[in-house]
Amino acid sequence: MTRNLKQALFSALLVWAVAYPVLGLKLSIAGISLVVEGASPTTLAIIAGCSVLMFLRVLFDNQWNNLMRSGQRGPLVSPKVSHFMTLPKTQRWVIMGLIVVALVWPFFGSRGAVDIATLILIYVLLGLGLNIVVGLAGLLDLGYVGFYAVGAYSYALLSHYYGLSFWICLPIAGLMAATFGFLLGFPVLRLRGDYLAIVTLGFGEIIRLFLRNLTGLTGGPNGISNIPKPTLFGLSFDRTAAEGMQTFHEFFGLTYNPVSKVVFLYLVALLLALFALFVINRLLRMPIGRAWEALREDEIACRALGLNPTVIKLSAFTLGACFAGFAGSFFAARQGLVTPESFTFIESATILAIVVLGGMGSQLGVVLAAVVMILLPELMRDFSEYRMLMFGALMVLMMIWRPQGLLPMQRPHMELRK
Amino acid sequence: MSREILKVNGLSMRFGGLLAVNNVALSVKEKQVVSMIGPNGAGKTTVFNCLTGFYKPTAGSIQLNGEAIEGLPGHKIAGKGVVRTFQNVRLFKEMTAVENLLIAQHRHLNTNFLSGLFKTPAFRRSEREAMEFAEFWLEKVNLKEFANRPAGTLAYGQQRRLEIARCMMTRPRILMLDEPAAGLNPRETEDLKALIGTLREEHDVTVLLIEHDMKLVMSISDHIFVINQGTPLANGTPEQIRDNPEVIKAYLGEA
Repeated sequence: MTRNLKQALFSALLVWAVAYPVLGLKLSIAGISLVVEGASPTTLAIIAGCSVLMFLRVLFDNQWNNLMRSGQRGPLVSPKVSHFMTLPKTQRWVIMGLIVVALVWPFFGSRGAVDIATLILIYVLLGLGLNIVVGLAGLLDLGYVGFYAVGAYSYALLSHYYGLSFWICLPIAGLMAATFGFLLGFPVLRLRGDYLAIVTLGFGEIIRLFLRNLTGLTGGPNGISNIPKPTLFGLSFDRTAAEGMQTFHEFFGLTYNPVSKVVFLYLVALLLALFALFVINRLLRMPIGRAWEALREDEIACRALGLNPTVIKLSAFTLGACFAGFAGSFFAARQGLVTPESFTFIESATILAIVVLGGMGSQLGVVLAAVVMILLPELMRDFSEYRMLMFGALMVLMMIWRPQGLLPMQRPHMELRK
Repeated sequence: MSREILKVNGLSMRFGGLLAVNNVALSVKEKQVVSMIGPNGAGKTTVFNCLTGFYKPTAGSIQLNGEAIEGLPGHKIAGKGVVRTFQNVRLFKEMTAVENLLIAQHRHLNTNFLSGLFKTPAFRRSEREAMEFAEFWLEKVNLKEFANRPAGTLAYGQQRRLEIARCMMTRPRILMLDEPAAGLNPRETEDLKALIGTLREEHDVTVLLIEHDMKLVMSISDHIFVINQGTPLANGTPEQIRDNPEVIKAYLGEA
């Protein structure tokens, strides 16, 4: 009991130590000097309340655990439902349903909602790409955003210097990113686990710093602006077309509607995401997909059977990078502006969080997690200061209740028909 | 007299100050069953690791059909038809039995990215053939009814049989088995013996064996190499080895 009491006191103190400087103290400007302002009584009361709660929680730890155990038999979701939801077949139907919804709703949704949905789709695409590397091949890649940057800058530079259109640059950007993935992967993939993570993290940063300091070519920190938006077979969605071009509303004799541009971008993003879904679905059922899984389980056995581990890992790395390239070039087109600051480490972390949150290897999970990760911050704009705090809380809760991710997927097994 | 398929000369492997394998010579003829025996820690598995490219031997030559293979990486040697099992079971436990067999055929499959993406007829055919080949071998090792079970849930004896079937998927010329009978009961050992016999008779495979079960070794081998403390001690037919006083001494200690 005394041990519990000690721990409880310590925990309560810790609450104060963490919460008071963060929430209580405020810097404000009085005239020309900074002054530290104390906490308001309500904040103090809240912190005190929290510390008391923490004190009680730790003090009565055993009782609390007993209570939880008796109150909740079995996991949150019954195993049967959970099993059903993770079957590849179920997930395929859910994805089909989602696709239909995704195709129809933007024509009725508001402009802002469609815009956010487009952003979500970019992250879905990135998540699906990283899912190949992390979820399927089991290579922890913390520099994924580097390939995203390569894709974005490929389109930005090609359109800036050579005036190439989005649809020509899209495959080029994919190829460029894949080439980078291949070149970086070659030396890096000898490493495993933590070492691989750190080296990829470094490479991601190197690419960003490169873009930032190559001022003559990339515009340095200012980036490249005025990147043209994608067109529909040469029809632009602007109010007035550039020389020798036609606009969408003129061609079809409609009145100009600014929403149509947003919806078109959304549909392009959807197309890319669907393409990624299709490719990954096929990969899972191809020899290379099986080899990824085998390699994740036992590399030595793979080598003894004549599988070349380097080639197999490299293929995952390259393919993943390729999707990041697609996402990047679309991102550049949508923003109309790329700067190195869009490709910081926090982006890599967000994408990785999407993959882990969704459940490694699961495509539907990635979609769901991308929605959660992007939509929640948008909805919580009012609490923007506490956004990271909430992310943290979300992650901790996930690890406690669903360590396998929101919607993990069982791999589609090859079956022998009898 | 059949052709010599594997010839090893002066093979040595040094780990720092420890000479684990010292000047070992082996000669294996086609379609023979050759055993390597010796007390624990004699360096038998190290020899295996050198032969299959998991270690780079410090010295010596390894010739497969007259082609030097020492120092090549493991997957290349496996690609040349030298495939091994390990002392402990190394199946892909989460994958089903039949998938384990499909993985091993990776090199023989249509791995073209685009043809897989669009499920071309060539791709379907390659996958179907792989499935049929896997089915053939599952039947052979009596595991067909467990084809769709995760490999990790099979019984130990079944896992060992599945491992041999998985090796056969790569269409090997030399099969190297590292203590295949360890942990098997007498009946399973008999099955194993019959299986090795079939491999040699029907599938033209040369078998190189590390084994402690003397009854199995003596009854199945054409030739036996004895290694003690990394150095070759004796070699000959089972009868010669059985009566060799040196070998008896190494196994039982000085009388």
